[in-house]
Amino acid sequence: MSTLQNVLIGSVRTAVGWLPEGWLPGGRPDPLIGRHGAVGRQSALSDAPEKVTGAARFAADVAVDGLCHAALVHAPITRGRITRLDTTAAEAAPGVVAVVTHRNMPRVDSPALIGLSNPSAVGNSDLPILQDDRVHYNGQVVAAVVAETQAQADHAATLLDIGYEVTKAPTDFATAKASARTIPTLLYEPTQRAEGDAEADLSTSRYAVDAIYTTPWQTHNAIELHALTVIWEGDRLTVHDATQMIAPTATALAKMFGLKRENVRVLSPFVGGGFGGKGFWDHHVIAVAAARLAGRPLRLRLTREGVYRVVGGRSQTEQRVALGADAEGRFTALIHTGTSVMPPYSCSPEAFTLGTRAMYRSGSYLYSQRHADMAVVPNTFMRAPGEAVGTFAVESAVDELAHEMGIDPIELRLRNLPEVHPVTGVRFSQHALDQAYRDGAARFGWAERPATPGERRDGEWRIGMGCASGSFPYVRLPGASVRITLHRDGTAAVACSAQDMGMGTATVQTQHAADRLGLTPETVRFVSGDSDLPPAPAAGGSGQTASIAGAVMAASAKLVGELIRLAGNASPLAGLRAEDLHFDRAGLVAREDPARHESFAAILARANREEVSVTASGAVPMEMFRYAMHSTSAIFAEVRVSDVTGEVRVTRMLGSFDCGTILNPRTAASQFRGGMIMGLGLALTEETLYDERTGRIMNPSLADYHVPAHLDVPPIDVIWTGIPDPRTPLGARGIGEIGTTGVAAAIANAVFNATGKRVRDLPLTLDKVL
Amino acid sequence: MTVLRYSRAADLAEAVSAGQEARLLGGGTNLIDLMRKGVERPQHLLDVSRLPAGIDETEDGGLLIGGALSNAALAADPRIRAHYPMLSRAVLAGASAQIRNMATVAGNLMQRTRCPYFADVAGASCNRRVPGSGCDAQGGVSRYTAVLGTSKSCIAAHPSDMAVALVALDAVVCLEGPAGPRRLAITDFHLLPGDSPEKETALAPGEVISGVVLPPSSLAARSAYRKVRDRASYAFALVSVAAGLRLEAGRIAEARIALGGVGTVPWRAARAEALLIGAEPTPELFARAADAELAEAETQPATAFKPELARRTLRAVLTTLAEDAA
Ligand SMILES: Cc1cc2nc3c(=O)[nH]c(=O)nc-3n(C[C@H](O)[C@H](O)[C@H](O)COP(=O)(O)OP(=O)(O)OC[C@H]3O[C@@H](n4cnc5c(N)ncnc54)[C@H](O)[C@@H]3O)c2cc1C
Repeated sequence: MSTLQNVLIGSVRTAVGWLPEGWLPGGRPDPLIGRHGAVGRQSALSDAPEKVTGAARFAADVAVDGLCHAALVHAPITRGRITRLDTTAAEAAPGVVAVVTHRNMPRVDSPALIGLSNPSAVGNSDLPILQDDRVHYNGQVVAAVVAETQAQADHAATLLDIGYEVTKAPTDFATAKASARTIPTLLYEPTQRAEGDAEADLSTSRYAVDAIYTTPWQTHNAIELHALTVIWEGDRLTVHDATQMIAPTATALAKMFGLKRENVRVLSPFVGGGFGGKGFWDHHVIAVAAARLAGRPLRLRLTREGVYRVVGGRSQTEQRVALGADAEGRFTALIHTGTSVMPPYSCSPEAFTLGTRAMYRSGSYLYSQRHADMAVVPNTFMRAPGEAVGTFAVESAVDELAHEMGIDPIELRLRNLPEVHPVTGVRFSQHALDQAYRDGAARFGWAERPATPGERRDGEWRIGMGCASGSFPYVRLPGASVRITLHRDGTAAVACSAQDMGMGTATVQTQHAADRLGLTPETVRFVSGDSDLPPAPAAGGSGQTASIAGAVMAASAKLVGELIRLAGNASPLAGLRAEDLHFDRAGLVAREDPARHESFAAILARANREEVSVTASGAVPMEMFRYAMHSTSAIFAEVRVSDVTGEVRVTRMLGSFDCGTILNPRTAASQFRGGMIMGLGLALTEETLYDERTGRIMNPSLADYHVPAHLDVPPIDVIWTGIPDPRTPLGARGIGEIGTTGVAAAIANAVFNATGKRVRDLPLTLDKVL
Repeated sequence: MTVLRYSRAADLAEAVSAGQEARLLGGGTNLIDLMRKGVERPQHLLDVSRLPAGIDETEDGGLLIGGALSNAALAADPRIRAHYPMLSRAVLAGASAQIRNMATVAGNLMQRTRCPYFADVAGASCNRRVPGSGCDAQGGVSRYTAVLGTSKSCIAAHPSDMAVALVALDAVVCLEGPAGPRRLAITDFHLLPGDSPEKETALAPGEVISGVVLPPSSLAARSAYRKVRDRASYAFALVSVAAGLRLEAGRIAEARIALGGVGTVPWRAARAEALLIGAEPTPELFARAADAELAEAETQPATAFKPELARRTLRAVLTTLAEDAA
């Protein structure tokens, strides 16, 4: 992330702005948009039977002969040096194979930090991994013990005798905030953006709100614990991993351990939840190194506490949102600034102002963020990083302004929807948040909401409704490639190293490839989860579906040429060019004359070939520079709040989404619901509790860190506009993260409507309502 | 976790004789967790989950509950549900169905605090875990700590829901030891931390909890248990109230109240009860009783809300009970 990056992004934007529309990939909409095929149909997860019957083998389930097991030792201090390290007792313990510390750990460089400039960079932290005697944050791994069984490893790990010299570290937010820094770039945007004098306009606005909103630390709690099974065979390395970045992990491990890339294989066919947390962390490097030292296949699975100590989560934030409006409710000033935590060794800037920039037009605006340095486990991306907490602040503020003005909060939002991206001036590719609001409000029964807070009750329970907008940008990542293979029996295989963490990637790409190739889903197999396949980028930014879809488009175009070549002069297609043909009925068909058709099977048979295979990468995602592309949502919540105890219970929610084409209503609805449930956790219960005196996480377990329990989750209705985005493959934008945005504000706004109490500090626990 | 021996007691006598140098294992839902964390390091586990686990009627019309009865079976028993509903509700308000299936009545009474500093062997000081080492909970992450019965050395809350109901019901704990059987009022069973928070119960070395007696009660059938928490289920109480009232001629003849989540032990609200008895049930009376009970609460910044939450919850429960009884 650098100023240079800003310049680059800026100049690409300008260059792309001059291009004629037709030049752009996506300039002509994808012909599959609006076609009724497999895409758009309900389809169950293709791997559901394997998961339900337990046949699916996750990374920690893979059976290997001679396996040994590792346990990690975490520093109980926050910053300092190891001054005493005695491994004798651990080494002598029953079953112990090796004890790995900074003394015997192979020398490896730290991974490059994740960033836009290097798509194969995987590091969530660039701190040395067991390379020296330093401790930088509480819980950092200082040793690993390898033993015949997990129980022996766990036991021996308690026998290490380690002494520390403790130095002072920044562990409380208030102090760290005072010396926070501003970095030039927030992911893909300059950190600072300003137009006019927002402070001055605010002070002269007819209506104004100006408040501070705070959100807590959160930890990744995917149901599957992070795990690796590592197998060395000479200088070949196989890693069964739980990861959402298969190919980048293989590349990084090859680099760090000095191996040829083709000698490293990372397999991750099933992942029990990712959400941004299943990236590359210290345990990867330690497991691979420990297996080499042990000379044996090795398994390392983090404990739940281990996940809290090794894998970072969402940073806490303190945000200021100020809104000024004129008599008609048009925004005259919009300020969104604040601070999150990003220690110098991490790379996730918790870009909470980015969503706001695309959401509202305003006479003047000011956006900026600062980053405080604290001694914490490197914070990282967590489902809807930035937007999940940013929308809490801005969408609470909009609700506050609506209340002050005495107008309906939906009406206020609609009056301030932008026609073009308010900061860049770029056109939206497609944007129908207004329709999402109208549809959602009608279905939710918004009209029944009393405008005055505190009017509805049922015994001691006050009832309220709230709504809020969600927003998340479209991303199509460069570098996605797929291989399409057509077989003589008329079936097809589409292969790439994509990662399916349960979202339905394979299911949906099977539907897609079937339509693209004129096949039925039953005859298409999507193969993924293996770094030996053509590389896909990490699953992140809600961009995997579009990224792979773009590659399938490219590969299928290449396939047409290959098939023409094979078809030869005896084919009914002879003489036609690629642009004259399209896929249909399990073969190629002339556009002008549908009677001219030949099946793949016939082409392959005549050519005496068993199969034909092509590999291609998706076109450069120019559409992202040319258009403002955002999934948006209108979230509605109804709550009951006890007058006696302040307990908040959400009784129903509705999400109304505008995300382009919905490729599979069943898997999409699960993505939306799951995202909204994470939003519910953010709103009401989840909080990683650091002891600010020591910098130690004090609730590293699911008993003490409260994700929503079943009883917390109400019926959740999800609907969508389904309007295709003409600038994307299949007309689809991302849906993985949008569900988490807007939810916390909708709930907080509902609590205000129920009680008249405005809570600006998450989680919205009962003591804040009392 | 190094367990050198595991054995199972066939009957109480065996439990007592073998239990001298062994740790008793009920459902294991608390003990095994703490062993994994290194808080508990028993060398020998004696499984007592096969000891008497029935519910028998006593001569005076009360119930004798076997110590090895599962929490789930206790809550589901029709006699408990009919005559002691607060107990059934308290048990069902705790933990999860899976844990309640495993957990035993005796183990529940003996479960240890959920204070995060108690559980953090590697990173924190705790007088309850290591006497004299200090108390990091004070000034730290302390939302779930106690505000009543605290001492300089410990502010850890007693976590049980079941025990709160048992305290309100005047239950009696039946113990079997090397010196024979004895019975103890449950209010004498759990000990305030004082200067020695590591001494948590009146259980003597080698003693086994054989059961719990519920005396007959004329108010228990109309009793209530209300648990307050951020998450709707599967969370320990921030505050809980177990209470029963009996009215006679418009006045409170009998009152039984206990509080959970606020005390270092399951908290019998004796001061509140004393104010209620003989008085007419009015909102003012309930407010006075609640104020009196919480008068000596000592809070941390993170528990500053608890006394008020406890007062409100107590008033609400008493109001509902009085309305039902009238
Ligand atoms: C995630 C989680 C959430 C929970 N939530 C709640 C909640 O909301 N409310 C609540 O009340 N509880 C809750 N619990 C605690 C649960 O109720 C206890 O773990 C359980 O009751 C302990 O019973 P057990 O039989 O498993 O005890 P064990 O774990 O077997 O033993 C606990 C202790 O009792 C001793 N012991 C066992 N039997 C005897 C005996 N016969 N005589 C003397 N000593 C004996 C053991 O030596 C040990 O010290 C929760 C537990 C977990 C893990």
